[in-house]
Amino acid sequence: MKHARLFALLAGLSLAAGVHAAAADQVHASHAWIRVLPGTLPAGGYVTLENRGDQPVALTGARSTAYAEVMLHHSSTQGGMSRMAMVESLPIPAHGSVVLGPGGYHLMLMKPAAAVLPGNRVQMQLQFDDGSSLPVDFVARPANALGDEAPASAHSGH
Amino acid sequence: MKSLRTRLAALLALLVAGTLLAGCHGATPLPFRLTDLTGHMPQLEFNLTSDENKPVSATDYRGKVVLLFFGYTHCPDVCPLTMAQLHVVMKKLGAQADGARILFVSVDPTRDTPAVLHGYVNAFDKHAIGLTGAPRAVEALVKRYRSAFTREPSGKDGNYEVSHSSAIYVFDRDGNPRVLYTPADKQDDLVHDLQLLLDQGEPT
Repeated sequence: MKHARLFALLAGLSLAAGVHAAAADQVHASHAWIRVLPGTLPAGGYVTLENRGDQPVALTGARSTAYAEVMLHHSSTQGGMSRMAMVESLPIPAHGSVVLGPGGYHLMLMKPAAAVLPGNRVQMQLQFDDGSSLPVDFVARPANALGDEAPASAHSGH
Repeated sequence: MKSLRTRLAALLALLVAGTLLAGCHGATPLPFRLTDLTGHMPQLEFNLTSDENKPVSATDYRGKVVLLFFGYTHCPDVCPLTMAQLHVVMKKLGAQADGARILFVSVDPTRDTPAVLHGYVNAFDKHAIGLTGAPRAVEALVKRYRSAFTREPSGKDGNYEVSHSSAIYVFDRDGNPRVLYTPADKQDDLVHDLQLLLDQGEPT
C-alpha cells in the first residue's frame, strides 16, 4: 500500500519533470569570458544567457574546478558610489536574455586553483534554480580587455 | 544614514566654501566638457607609498596631468573596468599620454601592499601608478576630495567588500583640480579635457 503510493508519487514527479525541459537545456550561453587579474586576485566572469524555452528560468550561481569559490554578484553605482551585492537568483524570462557584463551582473571568481592566464579556457557549470547545470567554456582575457573580443594587439588568425 | 538631500546640501555648502577659499588660485579657464572643478577643491597633496615601494608625495607628480582614482584590487568588476577604460583613453591620447599619470589610490591599504598594487596597475597601463599607505594617510586624501568609502563584511573568511566613490579627479600640471569624470560621462569628453590640459605644457 505504502509502496504503491510512493510509486504513484514518483511516477507523478517524473511526469511533471517531463513536461518542462530542464533549465540548462533551454538556455544558450555566448560571449563567455573572464577578466584575469594578476596573482590570486578575484576575477570577473561574464556571459550572455538566452532562454530559448517557453518557461522562465533563473541562474543561481556557478561552480568550477578552477576556482574554489564562485559567487553571483551585481555592481551598481548610486549617488556616485560603486558597490557590489550578492545575488541569490537572476531570472531569465521565457524567450528573453540577460547579459552578465562589466559594471553589472557578474560571477566573482575567487581563489584560483592554479594561475589562469589570458588565452586559457576555463569551464564553469552554470547552476539553475531547478537544479540543472550547463557547462560553458569561458575564455580568459587580459586585465585591460573591454569585452570578449581578442585585443587588437593579439594575433589575427582568421 | 543621512538623507540624500542632507548630503547634497552639505556638498553644496562645501563647494561654496571652496569657491571662496580657492578664489586666489588663478588657473587659466579652459572650455572643459566635464564638470569643471577649477577653484572648487584644494591642490593635490598626499604622502603615500608607490607600487615600487617608495615614499611619494603629490609634488613628485607636478608637471604631469594627474587622474586620481580611488579603488581596491579585490574589486573584480568595476575597478578593472574603469582601469581598462582609462587604458583606452591613454591610447587615444597617443604620445601626449606621456604627460599624464593615472594614480590608483587603494582604499584597502591593509590588503593592497605595494607588491600587489604593482602587478595590478601594470596589467592595465604603463602610465598607471598604484598608491597605498597608512590607513590614516589614505583617509586624509579621500576626505580632501570629499570622496568616501565604506567597508562591509561579506561573511566568509573575514573577507569584506568596499563601497567607494566611482569618480575620477583630474589635476593640471600644477596640481590644481580641474575636472571630475564620472561613469555617466562620455569617454571622449575626458579625452577632450585631458588634451586641453596636456596642451598647457610644462609648468613654469
